[in-house]
Amino acid sequence: MRADELRGALPGVPEKEWLSDAEARVRTDPDQLPALFARAGRKLGRQPLADRPDWTPGLAGRVLLLLAVPHKDDRVLDLYWHGDTGERLAVLHALALLPIGDAGVPLVEDALRTNDTRLVAAALGPYARHLSPATWRQGVVKCVFMGVPLSRVDRLDERADAELAAMLTGLAQERAAAGRRMPADATALLNRIQQKQED
Amino acid sequence: MRVFDPHIHMTSRTTDDYRRMADAGVRAVVEPAFWLGQPRTNPGSFADYFDSLLGWEPYRASQFGVRHHATIALNPKEANDPRCRPVLDLLPRYLDKDGVVAVGEVGYDSMTPAEDEAFGTQLALAREFELPALVHTPHRDKAAGTRRTLDVIAESGIDPGRVAVDHLNEVTVGLVRDTGCWLGFSIYPETKMSPPRMVEILQRYGTERVLVNSAADWGHSDPLLTVATGEAMLAAGFTADDVDLVLWRNPVAFYAQSGRLDLSDLPAPEPSYAGSSLARGGS
Ligand SMILES: [Zn+2]
Repeated sequence: MRADELRGALPGVPEKEWLSDAEARVRTDPDQLPALFARAGRKLGRQPLADRPDWTPGLAGRVLLLLAVPHKDDRVLDLYWHGDTGERLAVLHALALLPIGDAGVPLVEDALRTNDTRLVAAALGPYARHLSPATWRQGVVKCVFMGVPLSRVDRLDERADAELAAMLTGLAQERAAAGRRMPADATALLNRIQQKQED
Repeated sequence: MRVFDPHIHMTSRTTDDYRRMADAGVRAVVEPAFWLGQPRTNPGSFADYFDSLLGWEPYRASQFGVRHHATIALNPKEANDPRCRPVLDLLPRYLDKDGVVAVGEVGYDSMTPAEDEAFGTQLALAREFELPALVHTPHRDKAAGTRRTLDVIAESGIDPGRVAVDHLNEVTVGLVRDTGCWLGFSIYPETKMSPPRMVEILQRYGTERVLVNSAADWGHSDPLLTVATGEAMLAAGFTADDVDLVLWRNPVAFYAQSGRLDLSDLPAPEPSYAGSSLARGGS
């Protein structure tokens, strides 16, 4: 979601004045960011947003706090490395909106190493354009492996290539040997890649 | 029977335990930060441990339909190791996290000056971060340790209604009962406290402010002894509502004082139990 969409999704949230105040505070005193960022989850709420059920007010509010804070790079990295899962998810969602260049790549690589499907899925959002093709392919195959829907992967068809197709074919063979099926979205992706190669 | 285990070290347990617990009715747990059996030699080891209590372990629990929260502290045993003292400086950042519902386990192991200092400092942190405190009482010299524990709690100025004094038994329960603190009992397979002895304590002292936990960890312990205690209560003539009070509503009420307890993704309780409004906490 873009910043204006985030704000647009929040009008029904009762604590949005807490958020305006917190944004103003991190603008003038960025050292307050870690505590306000940590508290935003419970202050703003963890229920799904009406228009965007995959987002919560807490998640949207945390992303807006990151957008408000000046001199972002080190602060964003610090919030991830010292964050709980909810905070790390918010940082991953915010990366593509922040002017931090490649500085967030180690965070995304870390998220892809975890076994938490929420972190793996968030790592393959729009900011994944900064990942090397090899890392990105491993991430996509890991999604198939863990059952993360491929709809969560940004620019999937644009980046899917012959090497990814080879990796998915290998996984499909292993699954067949074990008497297990590939997820339907992975089989469909494989078909689309092969179709593209024939065209 | 729905069960909230207010003190269990799931990091040391297997996925089979999670499955058996969920099947038996354990729907929520609190995992206090404690000693791991092997001494840690630097604050980084604690940071990774705390991260696991707030990251991987709740995720692992969720795979089995169990809600997981944590308490964070420097435990009394390792408070004696100068290499671990800087952990106290790490705590403020962790105590702000959503999944933290108390400061703990704090208290005494050998009643040293270093333990005095760590205990007092962390009770002050509990007040600062508006969190309850989970207090471990020593296994050796227990009665004296419990008395000293209660003195420190009283001096700290924390509201006793926000303190659970844990690992009590027949000898120490009387010391704590009139202080206003919550009474924690850890049920073990042998020695210490068993389900039948727990039932006798409940018959004598009542169910008010009583918390029953398995304290299961890497030692000889059993994560289903909370459930066994509920069954022993029913067999002794307690009602299903008494069991629900002790094994669910009491721990919910204690930890809901943090304002951070979140049980919203659990199935709705049976309509006969009205206590669920506490579950989401305020704040
Ligand atoms: Zn313990």
